[in-house]
Amino acid sequence: MKRISTIALTTFAAAGLLMTGCDKKSGGKGISLQNVGSDTMVNLAQAWAEAYHGVKPEVAVEVLGGGSGTGITRLIDGTCDIANSSRKLEKEEEEKATAKYGGKHPIEHVVGFDALAIYVHPSNPITEISIEQLSEIYKEGGKFAKWSDLGVTMPAGQDEIVRASRQSNSGTYHYFREAVVGKKADFKKGSRDMNGSKEVVDLVSTTPTAIGFSGIGYKTDKVKVVKVSKKTGEPSVAPSIKTTLDKTYPIARPMFMYVSPTAKPEAEEYIKWLLTAPGQKIVIESGYVPLPEFAPKDAQ
Amino acid sequence: MTGSRSKFSTYGEKAIELLIRMCGMSAIFFVFAIFFFVFREGAPILASKEFGLGEFLTSTDWYPTSMSNVRFGTLALLMGTLSVTGVAMLIAVPFGLGAAIFISEFCTGKLREILKIIIELLAAIPSIVWGFIGLTVMNPLIQKVFHVPVGLNVLNAGILLALMGIPVIVSVGEDALKAVPDSYREGALALGATRWQITWRVLLPAAKNGLLAAVLLGVGRAVGETMAVLMATGHSVQVPHSVFDSCRTLTATIAAELGEASEGSPHYRVLFLIGILLFTITFIVNLTADLVVKGIRKK
Repeated sequence: MKRISTIALTTFAAAGLLMTGCDKKSGGKGISLQNVGSDTMVNLAQAWAEAYHGVKPEVAVEVLGGGSGTGITRLIDGTCDIANSSRKLEKEEEEKATAKYGGKHPIEHVVGFDALAIYVHPSNPITEISIEQLSEIYKEGGKFAKWSDLGVTMPAGQDEIVRASRQSNSGTYHYFREAVVGKKADFKKGSRDMNGSKEVVDLVSTTPTAIGFSGIGYKTDKVKVVKVSKKTGEPSVAPSIKTTLDKTYPIARPMFMYVSPTAKPEAEEYIKWLLTAPGQKIVIESGYVPLPEFAPKDAQ
Repeated sequence: MTGSRSKFSTYGEKAIELLIRMCGMSAIFFVFAIFFFVFREGAPILASKEFGLGEFLTSTDWYPTSMSNVRFGTLALLMGTLSVTGVAMLIAVPFGLGAAIFISEFCTGKLREILKIIIELLAAIPSIVWGFIGLTVMNPLIQKVFHVPVGLNVLNAGILLALMGIPVIVSVGEDALKAVPDSYREGALALGATRWQITWRVLLPAAKNGLLAAVLLGVGRAVGETMAVLMATGHSVQVPHSVFDSCRTLTATIAAELGEASEGSPHYRVLFLIGILLFTITFIVNLTADLVVKGIRKK
């Protein structure tokens, strides 16, 4: 009796603490695919899943956010079929996954692109910013803490830069660290680490002195997107489908989907559909950048 | 007829007794099993070379996923938890005890029943709803009233936790006041004391242990709260210098990062170690509350 209750309890506690509520149940005749990960991609993935229901009603794609790191961890643990990630799988994660699946690799697909947008409050007079300046704002030991350090005079008088960032399970966080802050550098302490892309945009929209980064798909009327240049003094570029695809916008990145080696064949079939014209049209509608061959004519 | 009845009462009673005994014992199993589980997951890191207990407790650098220099300092998180709890108690203690005194001593009949029900309703609001209120109502309100750039800060979370802690303080505090024998009140009344003098000079000193226990239970509630503070503090690793600074708490860190920490990694183990730290804090608070309550019974 003692042993049983201890086992039951440990399992229960483990389930609760690890928060892994995802199992591969396929209810009735239908087939369900677990699609977990990137918060940048969650709205897009949701739109895809809904549209796919019209194409293949017997396949239900269940989309869950939580961040790229969460999706990849679940892929490694074998508790999802497709992981969404706004960053590439790290070497260590790749090794872990291959070890788990007996030498088989998760299959990587590029399903679209995202221009990582730099958001500020509409009242902020700044129009362009360089990667160097962003790095000084965000990195540990960086010099810029006030808007006047960048030569910007804030209309309302408050000068301190309020940095909005993301929690470390976010692929956007990892990408930004690698592409902007510096490969071996860390973030400055004291940034507001938000739970999702939408929260970053919300914070920036209500805080005149804030700056934040998130996928371009989260742009609203209440925030301003600034142009970005590689180095201070170089011409700056606004994020768009064109500048993302011709790689002139410096902080654009592919959006990945990783399919588990043990996933049902329907998973690959689903990805194949995402890479057709109807699937890629949804990418544009969600505010992101499609694969080059599906881009609108004027952007090619 | 009588034979079968006594048979039932002998066996039935034993079975029920066994069942109840198991219910009681299961609580002990639960506590120890949870403690064992959390400790088993967290403890191995203590022996690892890359981890220093001194750094864990005294450094404010929390960089669990750094590519170059991983640091596991929880001081900033601990200060976040303590400051939010402190602000919450500054608000909740006067309001909670005031409400307890009012309900127990100054109000009667229908009003009292209605108040009790409403305060219990306050306790039934899920913490995620409080977090949502913090994010959408309190955030712009604090920005407007205090002219600060961000309303997600210690004050915001402190107010939410105060509202969550008040029902606990009120109901336990009211019980403590009710436990003071009526002869105390009658005696004081006979000496010509006013109602307020009775409350201040007689009831509060007599019930002080119970009231302290009520406050400590409220503290325990505030220390362990996760979802509301995750949403309302701004989730920012720094030692807050004023109530308008954002901060991050121990609980919120576990909730935000456990999903991505792969099983068995140092990050995963350190998160469980934070769990042990929290366990220790709430254990001390609860034990104190318990000893204080025992103190009342002896009187």
